[in-house]
Amino acid sequence: MIKGNVWKYGDDVNTDVIFPGKYTYTISDPKEMAQHALEDLDPTFASECQKGDIVVGGENFGCGSSREQAPISIREAGASCIIAKSFARIFFRNAINAGLLVITSADAVDAVEKGDTIEIDTDKGLILASGQTFNYPPLAPEVAEILECGGLIEYTKMKMNA
Amino acid sequence: MGQTFSEKILAKKCGKPSVQAGEIIVVEPDMVLSHDNSAAISKTFASMGAKKVRFPDRIAIILDHCIPAASDKHAINHKTIRAFTEAQGIEHFYDINTGICHQVLPEKGLVKPGSLILGSDSHTTSHGSLGAFAAGIGRTEAASIWATGSLWLRVPETIQVHLTGSFSPVCSAKDLALKLIGDIGSDGALYKAVEFVGPAIESSAIADRMTLCNLMAEAGAKNGYVMADATTREWLAKRGVTDYETVVSDPDATYDRKLSYNLDELEPVVACPHNVDNVRPISELEETVHVDQILLGTCTNGRLEDIQIAANILKGKKINRTTRMIVFPASHEVYRAAMASGDLMTLSEAGAVILNPGCGPCLGAHQGCLAPGEVCLSTANRNFKGRMGNKDAAVYLGSPATIAASALTGRITDPRDVVAQGVSS
Repeated sequence: MIKGNVWKYGDDVNTDVIFPGKYTYTISDPKEMAQHALEDLDPTFASECQKGDIVVGGENFGCGSSREQAPISIREAGASCIIAKSFARIFFRNAINAGLLVITSADAVDAVEKGDTIEIDTDKGLILASGQTFNYPPLAPEVAEILECGGLIEYTKMKMNA
Repeated sequence: MGQTFSEKILAKKCGKPSVQAGEIIVVEPDMVLSHDNSAAISKTFASMGAKKVRFPDRIAIILDHCIPAASDKHAINHKTIRAFTEAQGIEHFYDINTGICHQVLPEKGLVKPGSLILGSDSHTTSHGSLGAFAAGIGRTEAASIWATGSLWLRVPETIQVHLTGSFSPVCSAKDLALKLIGDIGSDGALYKAVEFVGPAIESSAIADRMTLCNLMAEAGAKNGYVMADATTREWLAKRGVTDYETVVSDPDATYDRKLSYNLDELEPVVACPHNVDNVRPISELEETVHVDQILLGTCTNGRLEDIQIAANILKGKKINRTTRMIVFPASHEVYRAAMASGDLMTLSEAGAVILNPGCGPCLGAHQGCLAPGEVCLSTANRNFKGRMGNKDAAVYLGSPATIAASALTGRITDPRDVVAQGVSS
């Protein structure tokens, strides 16, 4: 079970506003990445995000570059998951690979506002928000396995040792 | 039931007789591409407990994102990569004297029709231009492929784009690609393949195809492609590449959506700040847009053909004194060809600054970043807020002809107006 406060944004939140390209070869510490999370979209996010908070976005969340500092910076800022109407494909992969839960649910996105406290039952695939319950589709088993391992690094370790 | 190009290639790479769109499979790519991010990838590779890369000959590493190094941090990054490639016996390593990875990979004969190329760069879609299946992945995924040789992929649905008419400087592959992205939106091809067919494609140059496939990343596509034909074979033969299997979609393959455009009916467009799908015909821009900086280059439009279009418009002229222009050829092969043809001399005489091949300021790393309030008109592929180093700057995207015409006036200018005035030779 996940419980956290919502940070809500619109459509096409791109990787340049999540983690600006100028930092991609100068910052390698995940903790330092967290200080720049969503910097050019919402300068308050990095300093005010509480552990467990939930980032909510519209269509095509994470479009743009393949830089995986984008989901890592959001994870390191303390967010427990991202709910969006849809995800850009490389961002989706990078989030799973970083062990960050990503949920696709257009109805839940429309139902919540910034600051709402919502709960997610990951076993049942349910989002509890604004007095309503929303089902979200499960990840493909192959993808869920990577997330359950804690990300692709741990998953690859397991495969190499198998 | 017929199969698409993507279904055929991915079936082969996962060892199944056939696969269908939507299926998740584990594939062995023929090539995994990375660039300056290879230092980070090598650290992730080590953290996985891996010692030796599984298939050194299936790895290509090309330094391009910040070359020559802009700071000691970048230099350390490059040094780490050189040491890693040496220790691992990676032969397809190209240092700062080659160019942008998406230009160098095909130039070095490492893109073959029918092959599967994965790259930890979103514009890896470019390599579909030579009939390969090519998609972007993340850094950790590149590390995992280095370690294991394989990765999961979802088989994409396919959008077919049928093109009639012909490409020209004033209705270029850039204009068509931006028009398409504007029409379907920046998520219009999300998770999907985009197949380009039709008479305009049959008569198109490889440079045009590279531009088209490169930009499909901006529509959210997994891959974009042009199936290999006589033009492809001729381009590859010049680079000694003759050993490959051409893959084409079956006539009865299933498509998610079909679109068609007549290039002769299109007009020059720009993508306005701050999204690539914010596309407008230049003739319909409501106000004059003064341009502080003009950028010609990048993996989208840094080829000889692009440089020649700009040089033809600027020959014997001077860049407007209210603007500045920087030129980055996409590779050293292009750089040398543009020197030999005189086009770099033409651009320099017109007042452009000629820089070394590389990604330059496209991602805001160095060599031409913007100040707050400044406007850049660029041939690149992305105009997001903060992209060129400052969130209060604005980036417009256009074709080589558009940026050259605009260099003469200092404002975003329809290249047809300049050609009509006899400025172009």
